[in-house]
Amino acid sequence: MAARAIWKGQIKFGDVDVPVKLYSAVQDRSVHFRLLDGKRKEPIKQQMVNPESGDVVEYGDIRRAVETGSGELVMLDEKELTTLEPEPSREIDVIRFVPPNEITHLWYDRPYYLGPDDSEEGYFALAQALRNKELEGVARWVMRKKEYVGALRADGDYLMLITLRHAGEVLQPSELSPPEGRDLEKRELEMAKRLVAAMEDELDLDAFKDEYRERVLELVEAKAAGKVVKFPKAPTKKGEQSLADALEKSIASAGKRRKSA
Amino acid sequence: MPEPEELPDESPGRPFWSGTLTFGLVSVPVNFMAAHRSNRVSLRMVSPEGQPLARRYFTSQDEKLLDWEDIVRGYEIEKDQFVVVDDDELERLAPERTRDIDLRLFVKSSDVDPKYFDRAYYLTPGGSSTKAYRLLAKVMEDTERAGIATFVMRAKEYLVAILAENGILRAETLRFPDEIRSVADIGLPDPVKAKPAEIRKIEKAIESLREDAFKPKELVDRSAQRLNKLVAKKAKSGEDVVTVDSEPGERDRKVVDLIEILNRSLKGTASAKPGAKSTKSGVTKESGRADDLDGLSKAELYERAQQLNVPGRSGMSKKDLAAAIRRSA
Repeated sequence: MAARAIWKGQIKFGDVDVPVKLYSAVQDRSVHFRLLDGKRKEPIKQQMVNPESGDVVEYGDIRRAVETGSGELVMLDEKELTTLEPEPSREIDVIRFVPPNEITHLWYDRPYYLGPDDSEEGYFALAQALRNKELEGVARWVMRKKEYVGALRADGDYLMLITLRHAGEVLQPSELSPPEGRDLEKRELEMAKRLVAAMEDELDLDAFKDEYRERVLELVEAKAAGKVVKFPKAPTKKGEQSLADALEKSIASAGKRRKSA
Repeated sequence: MPEPEELPDESPGRPFWSGTLTFGLVSVPVNFMAAHRSNRVSLRMVSPEGQPLARRYFTSQDEKLLDWEDIVRGYEIEKDQFVVVDDDELERLAPERTRDIDLRLFVKSSDVDPKYFDRAYYLTPGGSSTKAYRLLAKVMEDTERAGIATFVMRAKEYLVAILAENGILRAETLRFPDEIRSVADIGLPDPVKAKPAEIRKIEKAIESLREDAFKPKELVDRSAQRLNKLVAKKAKSGEDVVTVDSEPGERDRKVVDLIEILNRSLKGTASAKPGAKSTKSGVTKESGRADDLDGLSKAELYERAQQLNVPGRSGMSKKDLAAAIRRSA
């Protein structure tokens, strides 16, 4: 079943103009709960209330304000809020191309697939060019009255746009000072390296399932059917031991596991 | 349920969560600290007179005010039919993994597909010794390996990649494979072969915008700039400015220096932990709720509520926030 595009735009830079459709690459699988009135087990209603008077303020009467940090609020009216909105546009403006890994995942927010709109050839030519050059684009665009920045990347034969956080929103590891302490012992470093190597494998993300989500759904079904719910038992705790001992024992058992696998 | 429209600062200052990385039989107690912050001043909902509003819950029939204690969580199995699930039940569903992140698989750091990355947290040493932390960070960084694991944090399971950079460990939550659509799911057309001349033309245009280094400045948040500028101008002229009694803790969030807080926490001084018992490195930590919510400011509670996606958090008082966090914890 084909997914619906959530937006249409045009990738633009230099004399390049590629019309695209945007699709969310993420689908929500979370278990959603509703807030209920505990007595009647009915959904509840929420309203905004003036906590001083206890009066409900209807949605149409709600105004917006910003706290300035000195116990003061600056009120903004509808007109001002409208002037703050970005100009509507269909352009995905690519302002820069940089080598991959320059934009680290710390910047990543949400991935979107791009698909061709009208011309398939222009779309696949751009994906091919990005792949050949081994670069990714830094893009800016306005979607549904919101300004976005993103990374334009080739994902196989296709194009992907990953929204990024804005400048100043990411704390970089280089800004931080790592923990300090006495020099690590050579022997422990060697053992830790061996342990990592013993547990190394190819990454197969498909092997990971959200088992907890399944357990929650099973719990809900069991309760709905009036069954007794069985909860898993907590594992026994591990004892205290020295770092070197723990490393040594771990390597031994990791080696065994590998052999029997 | 409508989402609050406010965009609060992400200024935790305190760990968002505390747990233990286990690496073979070695345990590394760690605190999760947000790796992100917001640039924006937050837009609050106020009454026409400028009084900040609070979100309150009412029964749907007779609109009687409900306390947070009167509210339960339900899963809709059929229209208007709910199964009530309480926090204790949710916690008991994953007793083995509520505090432990068991690293059993190491992969090349570059092998993780970018579209899986969700949210990043810095990990700071949670115990009195930083040795096991530094050992793991150094080995992972030197060998360019990432640890992959799943664990349960506050009634949700996470797939996570643990990475090391600059001697610092961080956790990047990953989306589960069934949360990522494939090209086939979307129904994108099969690739067509493009003309070499067309590809060359695009390559040329790419080349003329090429830079070897990425400049974060190019990601400047223009909307936030416009909003901040307008607010500063109005505040200066005194136009539409009202004085409010905000709860203590509401105001100091602007002065929080996240870098300094993170650095303090990275030193491994247990003082950065809220009321949690410090655990010795090398010992598996007891599971249980270590976070002392009473010691947190409202902004900090909000931060947690936001990460837990607590509905209606924007209008909650400090007390309600703490109760809601406990409830979703």
